[in-house]
Parts: sequence; structure tokens; C-alpha cells
Amino acid sequence: MAKITYIEHDGTEHVVDVKPGLTVMEGAVKNNIPGIDADCGGACACATCHVYVKEEWRDKTGTASAMEESMLDFAENVEANSRLSCQIKVTDELDGLVVSMPENQH
Amino acid sequence: MSKPRVVIVGAGHAGGSAAAFLRQYGFDGPIYLVGEEPLLPYQRPPLSKAWLKGEADADSLALKPAAWYAEAEVALRLGGVASEINRGAKTVTLASGEAIPYDFLILATGARARMLPIPGADLANVLALRTAADAEHLKSVLGAGKRLAIIGGGYVGLEAAASARALGAEAVVIERENRVLARVACPELSHFFQRYHGERGVTFELHAGVEAFVGEDGKVTGVKLADGRTVPCDAVLVGVGAHPNDELAKDCGLDCAGGVVVDLEARTSDPHIFAIGDVSHRPLPIYERQFRLESVPNALEQAKQAASAIAGRAGPTPEVPWFWSDQFDLKLQIAGLPFDADRIIVRGNPDTASFAVFHLKGDLIQAVEAVNAPPEFMAGKMLIARRTPVSLDKLADTTISMKEVAA
Ligand SMILES: Cc1cc2nc3c(=O)[nH]c(=O)nc-3n(C[C@H](O)[C@H](O)[C@H](O)COP(=O)(O)OP(=O)(O)OC[C@H]3O[C@@H](n4cnc5c(N)ncnc54)[C@H](O)[C@@H]3O)c2cc1C
Ligand code: FES
Repeated sequence: MAKITYIEHDGTEHVVDVKPGLTVMEGAVKNNIPGIDADCGGACACATCHVYVKEEWRDKTGTASAMEESMLDFAENVEANSRLSCQIKVTDELDGLVVSMPENQH
Repeated sequence: MSKPRVVIVGAGHAGGSAAAFLRQYGFDGPIYLVGEEPLLPYQRPPLSKAWLKGEADADSLALKPAAWYAEAEVALRLGGVASEINRGAKTVTLASGEAIPYDFLILATGARARMLPIPGADLANVLALRTAADAEHLKSVLGAGKRLAIIGGGYVGLEAAASARALGAEAVVIERENRVLARVACPELSHFFQRYHGERGVTFELHAGVEAFVGEDGKVTGVKLADGRTVPCDAVLVGVGAHPNDELAKDCGLDCAGGVVVDLEARTSDPHIFAIGDVSHRPLPIYERQFRLESVPNALEQAKQAASAIAGRAGPTPEVPWFWSDQFDLKLQIAGLPFDADRIIVRGNPDTASFAVFHLKGDLIQAVEAVNAPPEFMAGKMLIARRTPVSLDKLADTTISMKEVAA
């Protein structure tokens, strides 16, 4: 299990255990964490699972694919540390990961 | 006064999401979730894609784990069929005889696969693909050396064809029209998808009427076409559209028009009853129309509308309808509907498998169909919502970025 902290836009923190193999998006949705709608269920088609990865975790979460990059290009409030959480696979390495959510996913 | 009670009929994508949004929005009254299928609410899109190919398991299909329903105090009636709504007494009666009172009722009964009323339709291995059980059955008949005949070249049919190929089975798509995706996409897209599938071993019988399914020992062995030929196969997938499960609503006198008619809050003609997802016939303000949509984003948007109305908060920002489909390594994303469009602009080259078709009414974008082209989809969706004119020359010119077109 990897402990992941999701921080809502208003600062509310949710710390949950996520099974390796799931994505960071699935970890949020299965725990009903508000702010990650994931309309497309992880198909990299909707950009409603946008998160900011805490700086010190950016290496471990890897880099976005070309497809993910171009989806992010048009999402709202994108920053250098923006990722689509459905494209981040949870591994034991990510135990302790902290991500936060933008104000609005649409 | 006791807290209002919500009963949700249909534990699919829309119904399951409505329960979750109600709790997210702070609704703390009792919630009952009644579902005919014996499973917790799950996502259907992977059934024809990742799941069918063996790339996703049952856990990843489920919207929420079982523990969530207990924690959130959502009372489940799985394997329970709602058979009657009494609007006067405000109760829903299940086939088991249980009558559940409601203050608010959400109908989320979805749609069912349309079957073909032709000889042989009841042979074994003549299948539909709507539920997890259907998908399980389909998967069991696919594999190397098997041949799947797919009736209907819509999204589900083409996705199943691609997945069948990935599993080493042969796939033949039989379509009445002279192109695939005839009902839902423009000719440019149809031709592209047909060619792409053809290059990957899917065969097509277009402009072909299906007369009967033929079989041996009660099991299907072929599809008899109107021109007299028989296409041999080990299984048939019938993918010719879906019919809304609006009978409950009709029987209790709610306004229906090929789906339960609702407003922008997803409320039906009875203020205590909502209808969401595939079963609803909803307003599309951008297009000044009512329409029935079959997509996950639609199910989620309406689940939010109903949950917001019940929880007493402002509804979500209206969305441009959109849809996606995965076939082989293609990602198709569609935004909007091509109502009243008078021209199309193709951006990019279909031969490169990355292009988009824009449907315009004058210089307003009504819809975009994007193949491996997320910027076109994302910017297109935004422009459809904005309702401002675009430069047609810029839109057609791939040396100009979509950022600039949308600026
Ligand atoms: C194979 C497949 C692939 C798809 N792919 C995509 C895709 O890529 N992208 C996309 O956007 N959409 C896709 N869709 C469409 C999407 O899954 C539907 O739009 C969505 O599931 C609609 O949700 P719903 O809750 O309205 O209906 P459903 O999910 O169908 O749920 C309705 C539920 O209500 C139950 N029910 C019906 N009547 C009763 C009753 N009287 N009592 C109790 N329960 C009842 C049914 O058993 C069912 O479980 C796909 C659909 C299928 C079948
Ligand atoms: S869930 Fe849709 S892009 Fe991540």
C-alpha cells in the first residue's frame, strides 16, 4: 500500500492508502475525494483528473506522455508540476506522495 | 422533521455517481440504491476495450469499493428490480414486494441493447454487449482461431472488433449502411476508421442486410445475408443501438419522448422525480434542442445536476456534450453535436492518423471529431461552449496552433 495525500483546493487534506497498480486518479475516485471527477475513467481523454505534484515527488512520478501534455495544454490553471492523475501509476516508490487539486476541473 | 429520503433506481454509472455526489455535496438523509444487476455500480466503457482485451480487472471497473457504500450509508438493493412507482403515495415497489418510500426519486435505469427480431436470434452465442455479464460471455467466445461476426458498425461494434483482433480472433463487421459509424460520424471519419480497421485484419460487409442467424445444435454458426450468402462465425455480437428503459416512467405518467423528458436540473414533469443518464431526454441549450445522449460525461453531468438540486446547491456549469472511444492505438474524442452544420473543415491529414473534422454552422463550431488530436478536441470543446466565430482559414491551417485559433 502507498499512502497518498490529496489536498483539495480549499486546503482540506485526505490521506488514503492506495493499492500499487491503481492510478493516482483511481485512488481518489475510489475514496470519493472531491475535486477529481475523472469523467473518462482514465482514458486520458477528459483532463478532469488534473493534479499538481508536490515538487519533491516530480522525479518519481515521471514525465507526461505527448498525449497527456497536449491534453494539459488546454486544461485550466496548468502549472509546471501539473499532471493527469490517471496517467500516474501507483508503486511502492510513491508511498508518501502528495498531490493537490486545482480550483475547477472544467 | 425527518430528513428527506432519496431513492435511486438503477445502479449504473449515473445512479452510482448520483449517490456519491449527494454525499460529496453534504446530503445526509437516507439514500437507497436499487439495481437490477447483482453488481455494485461499474463503468461500462472498458467492457468493449481494456477489460475485453484483458488489460483491466473487475476491481478497476467498479466505481467505488464495497466498503464505501457501507461507510457512506447508502442502502443497497442489488439484484432488485423496481417494478412500479406510485407517485401519489411516493413509493417505489420492487419485484420482491418491498415498497420503499421516497421524498426524491432519481430514475437512472439506462438503456438496453436493441436485439434483432429475426430467425435464429435465440441461438447460443448471439450476444449483446451492455452489461458485465454480457462482456464475460463475449470474452469466453473470443480467442485465436475464433471468428466473431458483429452486426452494426457503431462505436461498440468497432471497439469490440479491435479488441477481438487483439485477442487473435477474426472479426467481420456487417453493416446495413454503406459506411461504418453512419449514424454517429461524418463520412471522412467513417472511411478513416474502416481503412484503419481493414489494415488490421477486420473485414467488412457493408450495405448488407441480415436475414437470419443460422446454427447447429442450438449454437450460432453463421449470419445469413439478404443477398443469399452466409458469413460463417463462432459468435455474433449484435450492436445496433440501445433503447431507453423508460417504461417505469411511462407507466406512472411522466412525460416521455423516447426517454424521460427532463429540465436542466434533470427534473422530470414531477418535481419529486429526476431522470439522469441514458434514460433521459434532456435539454441542450447550446443547440436549442432536447436530445437523448448515451455517454459517461452526460451521465455524470446529470448526476451532478440532480444531486445539486436535492442537496440545495447551485448546479454544475453546463457542459458541451462529449464522448470518447478507443480502438487499436486510436483515441477518438468528439465534442458537440453537428446539428444544423452547413460545412466541415478537415484539419490535418487522415492518412497520418492524427486529424480532426470540424462541423460548422457559418463560422460557429457546432462539433469536432478528433482522432489522436487532443488539442483540436480540447480547443474545439472550448470554442463550441463560447459560441464565438472562428477564422475558417486558421482552423484549416495546421501550421497555426489551436491555441492561436482559439485565442
Ligand atoms: C460496451 C459499452 C462501451 C461504452 N463506451 C463508452 C465510451 O467509450 N465513452 C462514453 O462516454 N460512453 C460509453 N458507453 C456509454 C456509457 O456506458 C453509458 O452512457 C452509461 O453507462 C450510462 O449510464 P446510466 O447509468 O444511464 O446507464 P447504465 O450504466 O446502463 O445503468 C443503468 C442500470 O439500471 C439498471 N436498471 C434498469 N432498469 C431497472 C429497474 N427497473 N430496476 C432496477 N434497476 C434497473 C440496469 O440494470 C443498469 O444496471 C459505453 C457503453 C457500453 C455498453
Ligand atoms: S480521467 Fe480523464 S484524463 Fe484522466
